[in-house]
Amino acid sequence: MGFYQPAPYQKAAARLLLAALVALPFALEAAGQGFYIGLVSRIMIFALAATSLNLVLGFGGLFSLGHAAFFGAGAYASAILMAAGVGEAFVAWPAVMAAAGLLALAVGAISLRTRGVYFIMITLAFAQMVYYLFVSARAWGGDDGLPLAGRASLAGLGLGGDRAFYFVVLGCLALTLFGLGRLAQARFGRVVQAIRENEARMEALGYPVFRYRLACFALGGALAGLAGALLANLTGLASPSLLQWTQSGTLLVMVIIGGVGTLYGGVVGAVVLLLLEEALAGLTLHWHIGLGGLLLVIVLFAPRGIAALFGGRRG
Amino acid sequence: MIQLVFEQALNGLQFGLMLFLLAAGLTLVFGIMDCINLAHGSLYMVGAYFVAAAAQATDSFWIGLAVGVAATALVGLALELTLFRRLYRRDHLSQVLATFALVLIANEAVRVVWGAQPVLLNPPESLAGPVEFGLFGETFFYPAYRLLIIAFGLAVALGLYLLVARSRVGMWVRAGAANREITEALGVDVQALFTAVFVAGAGLCALAGGLLGPLLAVQVGMGESVLILAFVVIIIGGIGSIRGALVGSLIVGVCDTLGRALLPTLLRALVPADAASTLGPALASILIYVLMAGILFFRPQGLFPARA
Repeated sequence: MGFYQPAPYQKAAARLLLAALVALPFALEAAGQGFYIGLVSRIMIFALAATSLNLVLGFGGLFSLGHAAFFGAGAYASAILMAAGVGEAFVAWPAVMAAAGLLALAVGAISLRTRGVYFIMITLAFAQMVYYLFVSARAWGGDDGLPLAGRASLAGLGLGGDRAFYFVVLGCLALTLFGLGRLAQARFGRVVQAIRENEARMEALGYPVFRYRLACFALGGALAGLAGALLANLTGLASPSLLQWTQSGTLLVMVIIGGVGTLYGGVVGAVVLLLLEEALAGLTLHWHIGLGGLLLVIVLFAPRGIAALFGGRRG
Repeated sequence: MIQLVFEQALNGLQFGLMLFLLAAGLTLVFGIMDCINLAHGSLYMVGAYFVAAAAQATDSFWIGLAVGVAATALVGLALELTLFRRLYRRDHLSQVLATFALVLIANEAVRVVWGAQPVLLNPPESLAGPVEFGLFGETFFYPAYRLLIIAFGLAVALGLYLLVARSRVGMWVRAGAANREITEALGVDVQALFTAVFVAGAGLCALAGGLLGPLLAVQVGMGESVLILAFVVIIIGGIGSIRGALVGSLIVGVCDTLGRALLPTLLRALVPADAASTLGPALASILIYVLMAGILFFRPQGLFPARA
């Protein structure tokens, strides 16, 4: 893989998509399909989570199988803050991101000492540790999860309405994608991608490889925490299932089918996977078999992901 | 108290030996082919279901166990020939994605065939009761079936250890784990070796699943929790090392079991009772992960790295 470079039409396509997403809730309400606003919010939240994993996996080259830990910890942190009376998003969400980022920093500091298969498994094991910690903590709801009394407010404005919350989610996703697009072409992004390509050379050039990787891992964790907080606010529950290792697997699947190391890979993957889920779940109760079969086909026949089929030229 | 400690230590030994049956196959697949197999836990689950079904059909636990192990080994053979053979030259991403897909398929397929309710698997009737024996001047009772599992586990572990450490095939396996290319260059058919290891690993999964079936519930999702424990075992032991898998399994099995049984009691002596009742289970459940983190901090390659 080369360095990230936006495709020539990418900016125009992103603007078009943003305009369409801004118009979407009004169109849905006019058509009397307001239910779908929640679904699209959910898809965008998972897109944010998958994008944060793609930062770690695609740009940092760090194969983490424990990303759900930060996603779920974000959800729990926002629920805990809500229970403590902090309902202001401008206060709570940065705190959530800081908490998830610190957790990622701690996990990364130990995990990044290992390589290859070890790294995959140790991140998985740490995620499992976080899962058991939350499940066995009765003060935080144990198996039942921790419900939120209500949605957060943004600068005093309530986000109880689905449309208002939709725009907050859209704003978070758009800002993240914009920021990551810039970051990938900035010095930090270049260094991180260069480390992915050739660690020894960057080490020899005097770059603090470990610290760059750790920063990338922690940033990914913080963004996943934000996604978790958004999801907890959307559903009104910080559920232990968000911390399960299958959740890490699902995020990973999104990134891989969307395209590893492409800016919009996480978005494409989340849209494809969640819409596929909706469609298959409508057809049969046992849609997991169909999904698994489809994943096998993708692995064997389209290994570079769906986004790669459409390009995203690499320099 | 001493009775509790002794009983839990035996339980830990028994759990550790069963973990070893799983970790042995997993560590060799990792070690030789550098291939991640998330579906190893699914083989354990499928094996337990096969054993339960065969035991129900034949009315004999032992025939059921043999049939279940053979059937799971066949499933392993089919998977290796159709899927894994294509996977191990690919990157880890593809391997994780494909085996994650297998986990989804296996869980759902089991749900379709056997339903969502746990399936009952009874231990052989002759072993249903407890065994009484004296030690330290006290009388202990311990379930006969659990003793049998320990004996079985010890025998398999010893056999496997001798096979890998002392036989010619075992030498090839170790050589393959240490350096696949050189082993191939020396004329060993690593491909066939890997197929054999994979099939044997699947059979061991079913053996562990079938033996543990009467103690735990045979249900959908049983494979996942044990898979992650097996991961912890091979991280601690060092990937590709059968000795590491054995040591790691015993450490994890004993620590986990003793921690769950004794930590809440110990904490109650140190901190107030209500704090202990919240803290105890939480600490016990993360004990092995803390242990793993500690070991990895000092030995990033595990205790017995196969690749020097």
